[in-house]
Amino acid sequence: MPKSGSTSKITRRTALAGLSAGAALLAMPRLGRAADETIRIGFPTPLTGPFAAEARDQVKCAELAVKLVNDKGGIGGRKVELLVRDDKLNAGEAATRTLELIEKDKVHAVVGALSSAVQLAVNEVTRARGVIYVSISQSDTINEAKDFSKYTFHEALNPHMTTAAVARQTLKKGMKVAHLVADYAYGHEMLRGFKRAQAAIGADNVGEILHPFGAADYSTFMPRLMSMRPDVLCISNFGRDQANAIKQAVDFGVKQQMKIVVPVILHNQRLAVGPDVFEGVVGGANYYWGLETQSKSAAAFNAAFKAANGGAIPTDYGAYGYSGVGSLLAAMQAAGGTDTDKVVDALEKLQYDLTKGPQHYRKCDHQSVQSVLVLESKKKSAMAGDNDLFAILANDTGSDDMLRSCSELGHAT
Amino acid sequence: MDLSLIIMQLLSGIALGAVLVITALGLTIVFGMLGVVNFAHGALFMIGAYAGLYLASLTGSFWWGLLLAPILIGAFGMLIEFVLIRRLYGRSIDDPLLLTFGLSYVLVEGVRIVFGSDGIPFPTPPQLIGVLDLGIGFFPRYRLFVIALVAVVLLALWLALEKTRVGLIVRAGARDPTIMQVLGVDIGRVWLAIFGLGVGLAALGGVLAGPMRSVNPEMGSLVLAEAFVVTVIGGLGSIVGAVVAGLMVGISISLVALFAPEMATIVMFALMAVVLLIRPQGLFGVRGRTA
Repeated sequence: MPKSGSTSKITRRTALAGLSAGAALLAMPRLGRAADETIRIGFPTPLTGPFAAEARDQVKCAELAVKLVNDKGGIGGRKVELLVRDDKLNAGEAATRTLELIEKDKVHAVVGALSSAVQLAVNEVTRARGVIYVSISQSDTINEAKDFSKYTFHEALNPHMTTAAVARQTLKKGMKVAHLVADYAYGHEMLRGFKRAQAAIGADNVGEILHPFGAADYSTFMPRLMSMRPDVLCISNFGRDQANAIKQAVDFGVKQQMKIVVPVILHNQRLAVGPDVFEGVVGGANYYWGLETQSKSAAAFNAAFKAANGGAIPTDYGAYGYSGVGSLLAAMQAAGGTDTDKVVDALEKLQYDLTKGPQHYRKCDHQSVQSVLVLESKKKSAMAGDNDLFAILANDTGSDDMLRSCSELGHAT
Repeated sequence: MDLSLIIMQLLSGIALGAVLVITALGLTIVFGMLGVVNFAHGALFMIGAYAGLYLASLTGSFWWGLLLAPILIGAFGMLIEFVLIRRLYGRSIDDPLLLTFGLSYVLVEGVRIVFGSDGIPFPTPPQLIGVLDLGIGFFPRYRLFVIALVAVVLLALWLALEKTRVGLIVRAGARDPTIMQVLGVDIGRVWLAIFGLGVGLAALGGVLAGPMRSVNPEMGSLVLAEAFVVTVIGGLGSIVGAVVAGLMVGISISLVALFAPEMATIVMFALMAVVLLIRPQGLFGVRGRTA
C-alpha cells in the first residue's frame, strides 16, 4: 500500500473522531474499517536468490493457510491478510523489512525466513518489539536461551533432529564419514549434528571441508574428498548449493566409492538436477507429499494445495509455510484474537496436526515436536510419475527424546 | 599430501579455468576492440546455457546445442550492437556500461518469465558421462572435454586473428579506426562482428558450464564477477592476458581449496589486488591505454 494511502486514512479517522462512535463506523470507508479488523501476518522470505524456489513454495502454502481460515469466516469474524516481503537472503534486509512490517504495517505476528542466519536477524527485531515470530527455517540456536524469548517459536525441524534421523538410517559402527559443509550457520549446525550422531553410533570422522556459501563450482573439493576414502559423504548445504554440490560429486564418480547423504533432501533441487544425479541420495525432510498414504492430514493438505494451485503438489519447505502460519492462526483462534500474551499462551498449549501428524510446541524452548522423515531419492525407472521422487525410509514419530534437553539449551528447568 | 592428489587438483583447476578463459575472452575482446564494458556478459552467458539446453532438447542432441547456441546468441548479440550499443560509440565509457547493466536485468527477468526461476536439469551428453582413469585417479570425462574444446577454440581464434585478412583488419581497426575508414574499410561492420563474437563466446561458456552446474537465471551474475576479475588480472583488452589469467585464477582457486577450502573464492580477489598493486595495467595490459 502506498504511503499516501495510509496517511490519508489516519487524517480521515482523526477528522471523524469528533463524531459519535456509531456514526464514525458507518461513515468510514470500507477500506479503513477492514484495516482495523484485519489480522495481518508479516512474512519475510528470500523471493530472490538461490533459495527462491523454496521461498515461493512457502508463500503459496502460507497463502493457502490464510485462505482456508478466511473461507471459514476468519478469526472471530476478522479476515486474515498475509504481507509477503522479500528478505533477499540478507540478514540486514530481513531486519529492515521486519521492522517495517511491525512499525508501518502494524502486523500482529511474523512468520517466515528461510535461511538460518536471516531468521536470527528477524528474531532479534521481533524479540525487541515483543511481536510473535514463528520461524520456519532450520536452526539449532534460535531455541537456545541466549536467542530465545517468549515470543519466539520454531516450527521447522532443527539440525539436531534431522541429522540424528538421517545418521540412524545410514551410518553403522566403524564406518568412515567425510563432510562437505557450507561455511555458515546452517552448515556448521548440520556438521555439529552429524558429528554428534556419528559419535553416538561409533562411526569415524575422516575429514571435513568447509566450502564458501553460494559457490558455483565444487570440483576443486572433490579430489581431496575422494582421497579421504570415506564410506559416506555428508553434504551439508542448502538450495542451489545442494544441487550443484551433488551434481559435481556425481560427475567425479563419488557415488561409485561412497554413499551420499544430506541432512535435508530438497524437493526442488531434486527436480532441478534430475533423477539420475540424485539416485540413491538419502536425506531428512519435514514433509513429502507421498506421506498421504500414511497420513490423513497429509492427504487433506495435498488436496487443498492441489485445488488452490492447479493440481500442483506441495513441497517440503512449502509445508513449513502452511504449518507455520496454520499453527499461529489456530492459536489466535483459540485465544479469540491477536492479544500477544494470550496467543503465546495458546501456542504453548496448542496440539496441532496440519500436514503429517501430531505436533506441539515444547514449553521451555518453543521448538515444535514433530515427526522426522528420512527419504531416499528414487531411481528413474522406479518412479511411478513425475512427482514420485522419493521413497520414505523412515518416519520417526515426534518425541521430546529427539530434541536436546531444555537444560542443555540453557533454559531453567 | 601425495603427488597424484596435487596433479588431480591442478587438473580441476585447469578445467575450472577453461570456462573462465572462454567467458573472459568475450569480455576482453569487446572491451579491447570496441571500448565497451559489457555488463550484460554474464546474462548472455546464462542465455547461452538456456539456448544450448533448449536446442539440445529440440534436436535431441547436446552437440547441436553446443554448435548452434553460440551462433544464435552471437547473432542476437549483433542485433543488440546494431540496435542499442552502436548509438553510444564515441560517448563516455559509462553510457554503454549503464546500458548493458540495464540490459542484463531485462534478460534475466525475461528468462525468469519464460522458464521460471527454478533451475532446469542440463544432462551431461551421454558420450561424456562418467570418469576416465588417468592412472593416478579418476577425472570426469566431461571436464576433460571442456579443456580440449577450449584449447581448440583458442587456437582457432588465434589463427583467425593472426593469420587471416579479417584478423588483420580487426587488429588494425582496434588500433586506429579512423585510418581504417580512410582506407575504405567499413569499420561499423567490423565492430558488429566483434560484438557478435564476444557474445557468442559468452554463450559458448554458458553451454559448456550447463552440464556442470545447474542452469538458472542467476547463474551469470557470479560468472560476470569472475570474468571481470580475470580480465583485470590479465589486462583489459588483452587476449593473451585473458587466457593466462583465466588459467591462473582456476589453478589458484583449486590449490587454495586443497589447503584452505573456505578461502577458495576469496583467493581470486586477493590475486587481483596483488596484481593491481604490482602492475596496475594487469599482467598483459598496456599502460595508459584509453578506452
